[in-house]
Amino acid sequence: MTPPRTAKPTKRRPRRIAVLATALAATLLLGFGEPRGTGDLGLIVERATGRVQVVDTTARTSLGTVEGLGDLSHASIVYSRDQRYGYVFGRDGGLTKVDLLKGSIVRRVIQAGNSIGGAISTDGTLIAVSNYEPGGVRVFDAATLEPVAEIPATYGSDGKRSKVVGLTDAPGQRFVFSLYDAGEIWVADLSDPENPEVQRFRDVGLQPYDALVTDDGRYYVAGLFGEDGLALLDLWHPERGVKRILDGYGRGERPLPVYKMPHLEGWAMAGDRAFLPAVGRHEVLVVSREDWTEVGRVAVHGQPVFVMARPDGRHVWVNFAHPDNDTLQVIDTETLKIVRTLKPGKAVLHMEFTPRGENVWVSVRDEDRVEIYDTRTFSRLETLNADKPSGIFFTARAHRIGL
Amino acid sequence: MGMVERVREAFLLAPRADLPVWFERPICWPKLRRAAALALLAFSAASVASDLPKERQDALVHLLRHDCGSCHGMTLRGGLGPPLTPAALDGKAQAALEATILYGRAGTPMPPWQNMLSEAEVRWLVEALKSGSLQ
Repeated sequence: MTPPRTAKPTKRRPRRIAVLATALAATLLLGFGEPRGTGDLGLIVERATGRVQVVDTTARTSLGTVEGLGDLSHASIVYSRDQRYGYVFGRDGGLTKVDLLKGSIVRRVIQAGNSIGGAISTDGTLIAVSNYEPGGVRVFDAATLEPVAEIPATYGSDGKRSKVVGLTDAPGQRFVFSLYDAGEIWVADLSDPENPEVQRFRDVGLQPYDALVTDDGRYYVAGLFGEDGLALLDLWHPERGVKRILDGYGRGERPLPVYKMPHLEGWAMAGDRAFLPAVGRHEVLVVSREDWTEVGRVAVHGQPVFVMARPDGRHVWVNFAHPDNDTLQVIDTETLKIVRTLKPGKAVLHMEFTPRGENVWVSVRDEDRVEIYDTRTFSRLETLNADKPSGIFFTARAHRIGL
Repeated sequence: MGMVERVREAFLLAPRADLPVWFERPICWPKLRRAAALALLAFSAASVASDLPKERQDALVHLLRHDCGSCHGMTLRGGLGPPLTPAALDGKAQAALEATILYGRAGTPMPPWQNMLSEAEVRWLVEALKSGSLQ
């Protein structure tokens, strides 16, 4: 592992030197294989340099970097269930297995020309990657990254292949994903990994752009870019088919141009309500989990990108699309009022809560830093330097369905 | 709906590839005059590109890689949106590409950038993309 880069001089934090010393010490410890757990570790994607930072959420510091991961624009990460390994999905089709304890690459394969994300199976033995080019899903052995299965996303009569989006794991060794060009949702059962059994749901809506599975693994919800509404599949009852929810939520108003696609991965479930971004509108939609009807809307600062519930569900944090992406807003899930507006800086791309939500880490891409906030007082606790940081992923994700 | 809007609407909804070059921009005389003036300027000053200050060029490249890049890929090799490499843009008319950036593309997630970018900036971007200088 490379020691943390010496950051440019800054007046931000007098504690810099202490933090740097801690980081160096931690790096040395890691380097010498001192036993430690990984439950409070995570990775931050430095997308322009093909590098990830290994971070410690207890010490609130960077432990070092791992380089050579290729094109990391839009990169995402899932974790092995022992929380030691991160699987990094790069835009260039690269799938890299990173050892967080050693701070090194275990194995790296280029599995496609252009990809968008991935998932780990229920039992942790399979990694699935969703690809734009060639359109489909490829499945790999989580231990070795050897190919196990391929599911081409063919549709129509002439065998065209669709870009695949919204790939998530679901209970029972299943992977669920959406076909952007075809408007379909597929459920692949990999109980017999070499012979995946695929169930197709056609005509779910125009241009599904991303999807999520609820934290209990029951509902798969795909957002539609081409129309106002979402497609819902009850994985307990796939025989009931895909149902449309929030149909026509824009009520005929002309949507605003969308300068960044919203993400549904951070699907915010709080109590009996779910919160999600409205496409092309300055609104967060509030939905009843009981019957999936709209129960409210929250007017927000811009077009929401990530709408994420603090793990206890009391607050929902929202970031925004260009050109409003210098701002974060916090919604009280009980009153549906905005309780705080923060201005972390230019291009707030992503946020990640610590496992029980006392802190949130926020990447501020254009200012090359990651801010750590106390989620109760909203005060800034720490600033870490990072080169064009984008996604932040903590190992607690390892034990959550659909992440 | 006026003439310009009608033409623009038709243009946005029509399949682009089959259109003759003259159809690629809505007809708008003040704009044409401006375009002619700019073209003259371009002749006299070697290229339009050099008219943009360096900081603005850098800001445009940053926007291209990081914001356009969320769909077209940070390395411009494509993603949800098509690749923007010189090879991919080869044979596509400059004016058609400028119009796509300025007015967006109906039926796709490509948004219009006319409120954020000037025509000269869009022209510079398309030229730079086609020339391969951003690769």
